[in-house]
Amino acid sequence: MKAIIKVGLKPGVLDPQGRAIARGLNDLGYYSVNDARQGKIIELDLSSEDKVEAKKQVEEMCEKLLANTVIESYDIRIED
Amino acid sequence: MRTAVIVFPASNCDRDAAVALEKITGQKPHMVWHRDTSLPANIDFVVLPGGFSYGDYLRSGAIAARSPIVKDIVAKATKGLPVAGFCNGFQVLTETGLLPGALMRNKGLKFVCRPETLKIVNSKSRFTKRYGDKKEVVFPVAHHDGNYFADEATLNMLEKDGRVIFKYADNPNGSARDIAGICNKAGNVFGMMPHPERAIDPLHGGTDGIELFKSILGAI
Repeated sequence: MKAIIKVGLKPGVLDPQGRAIARGLNDLGYYSVNDARQGKIIELDLSSEDKVEAKKQVEEMCEKLLANTVIESYDIRIED
Repeated sequence: MRTAVIVFPASNCDRDAAVALEKITGQKPHMVWHRDTSLPANIDFVVLPGGFSYGDYLRSGAIAARSPIVKDIVAKATKGLPVAGFCNGFQVLTETGLLPGALMRNKGLKFVCRPETLKIVNSKSRFTKRYGDKKEVVFPVAHHDGNYFADEATLNMLEKDGRVIFKYADNPNGSARDIAGICNKAGNVFGMMPHPERAIDPLHGGTDGIELFKSILGAI
């Protein structure tokens, strides 16, 4: 089983890297880009059998280490 | 006076901190490895040094904050053990939750490395009381993730309770309200992005850091 976790800065928290990306795209002529937000994706290979239990555990992992909930939010997807 | 400096993989200011502590106390500090599960007995003061612990993987300070030795430090700091974190050490302290907020990528995206003038906001704290009437100090900064962030309520609380110890005179990294260093509610845990341990010898270009260490160690 796999867990795919998307971690990114919360809305409202300034993302200077995202802003630089948007500016770079504007410089390439993509003027439709108003803003960009940058995050990261973490893939976990799990030996769990139970999807519900796995999701609960990964949530705990996000709270304890994978995300800093002062500034970041996360989204978990469990795949077979 | 028994002091300890924690050594993580890729710490790079651990020896600067050790030199500073030895200069002030006359005794070599214990250098404690990150895999150790407890501090040596009867330690009076702990420094979490600057550097790039664990290569800044995941987030600056995130992995160090979950290392075996830091668990012991958190337990003892909660009971009153004085702890200071400089630069990466500050990032580690926010990641443990001992200090509120987080250190984000510098607003200008650049690694900033230069002497920085700091205003002493609270000169009565155990970390600054030896400065007397001095209003400003100059410490070097050297960081990529020094942009202090906390929500408005936390920032208001920190300012109201005198927990903002230093502010930048000329904000180098976008930190909220120019904050450079803060302490916890009990006043025994302190973190700052600038490097007082690199301002203790005339050859460093300044000695403003000495009184900070004297303040802390004199208060123990």
